[in-house]
Amino acid sequence: MFVPLAQSLVFGLLVGALYGLAAVGLSLVFGVTKFLNVAHGELLMLGGYASFWAFTLRGVDPFLTLPLTMVFLLVIGVVLYKLLFAHMVKLTEEAKIQNTLLVGFGLSLILQNVALRLWTADTRGITTSYSRMAFTFLGVRFPIVRVASLGIALIALFALDLFLRRTYTGKALRATVENWEAATLMGIDIQRVYLLSFVMGAALAGAAGCLVSVGYSIDPGMGMSWTLKGLIVMVLGGLGSFMGTFVGGIVLGVTESATGYFLTLTYREVVGLVLFILVLVFRPQGLFGTKER
Amino acid sequence: MLKLSGINAAYKDLQVLWDVSIQVDEGELVALVGSNGAGKTTTLRVISGLLKPASGSISFQDHSLGKESAHRIVELGISQVPEGGKIFTGMSVLENLELGAFVARARKDKDQTLKWVYEIFPRLEERKNQRAGTLSGGERQMLAIGRALMSKPKLLLLDEPSFGLAPILVEQIFEMITEINRQGVTVLLVEQNVRAALELAHRAYVIENGRIVGQGTGEDLLSFESVRRAYLG
Repeated sequence: MFVPLAQSLVFGLLVGALYGLAAVGLSLVFGVTKFLNVAHGELLMLGGYASFWAFTLRGVDPFLTLPLTMVFLLVIGVVLYKLLFAHMVKLTEEAKIQNTLLVGFGLSLILQNVALRLWTADTRGITTSYSRMAFTFLGVRFPIVRVASLGIALIALFALDLFLRRTYTGKALRATVENWEAATLMGIDIQRVYLLSFVMGAALAGAAGCLVSVGYSIDPGMGMSWTLKGLIVMVLGGLGSFMGTFVGGIVLGVTESATGYFLTLTYREVVGLVLFILVLVFRPQGLFGTKER
Repeated sequence: MLKLSGINAAYKDLQVLWDVSIQVDEGELVALVGSNGAGKTTTLRVISGLLKPASGSISFQDHSLGKESAHRIVELGISQVPEGGKIFTGMSVLENLELGAFVARARKDKDQTLKWVYEIFPRLEERKNQRAGTLSGGERQMLAIGRALMSKPKLLLLDEPSFGLAPILVEQIFEMITEINRQGVTVLLVEQNVRAALELAHRAYVIENGRIVGQGTGEDLLSFESVRRAYLG
């Protein structure tokens, strides 16, 4: 009884870290720009394919390509932002959300179909020489690759936190989240802050995609479900706290696998949505968010 | 130093300012007074670049501000304390002040300016590590002014610094404003508290329904019959 349950909770925790990482990117972009980029999952998918092809064609280790994948997505982020999002900066918050939803859905369809065309619908994954390695603790298996992914997700998160707290640019970003008009009056060029947060979000999606491709599997249609997980986690964790968002990811991962264990796997996907509704009804500021002041 | 001539400005289709002309000379403390909704805040928003005028010209020193973006205007030396302060409540007092010195011109002298701001507002130094959201109303206003000073402005725009404060605090804040002006910062003060503003200012403009309807020295306006009747009761 203990081992299978613990095992499934551990797997939940490990996948939850990736939910968290995906959601942090989404939440960063939304928090600063109020752009709800529903193509975030597709960016993650592109990150996954980038490391998959680097590994398959060149044999480069996915953990080594991770920074490159992030840079690659950063560049894609710049292009997408300039092309599709930049002109929406001046809109009201509500109009921004609506417009970006539309643009994001369109973009996600395009990216999915381009991926389908270029790389077929096959499910892919990276199998390295150490992919099957795991260590066992109290009878519970910890696959090395997924544990490393958890570590990397944590490092990315701490780096982000440090950036936001310690650097002038990071503070400018937080100021823009609180009040963009007051931020402008500080002499902060909020257009640049918007661009920066958007591309940082894209880079985080790239990192998450890379980790998904090595610990799990990727396919052209994966984006939508990752965006959905990201949205659920974002609401679960609450806006404004990236650590909270990350923990929210782990909560979702663990809840999903507990559901899979006690009920059946079919209910796994449903539980996230149930959680989503419960949080919205009983704690709309999220598990770790603060109420509007 | 600052010159607005023939400014017309509108929010979407609603015109708020009509042919507004104002001048502020270096070293002056000028007040812009008028009732709620007269166009005072809009005038400041036009100067700081948050709202682009439909027509008219604005110049600051030798620069034309009409096409400059708001963040560039801060770099040029104009800093606005927005209505209600709009401090960053989730950040510490010190972080708020640091953000005030965001522009390159101010950032290099940040530590020195910080000392100066702490001299004017010792309370802010006592509270520097506190979250700004925990400050009292008066302290928030001090922080908002201190934050604006951190950008080493040549011209300081103040939007209703007395708003929502107890009379004793209003007096304190106004004393501090006089002191800041005495130290060489030109001030344009927008106020609903007409008597206090007119007593403080070297010169003042009266704005009504988006039009400048009177100007003169503070003393002149205080004795002006129509001003007395309209604002001083």
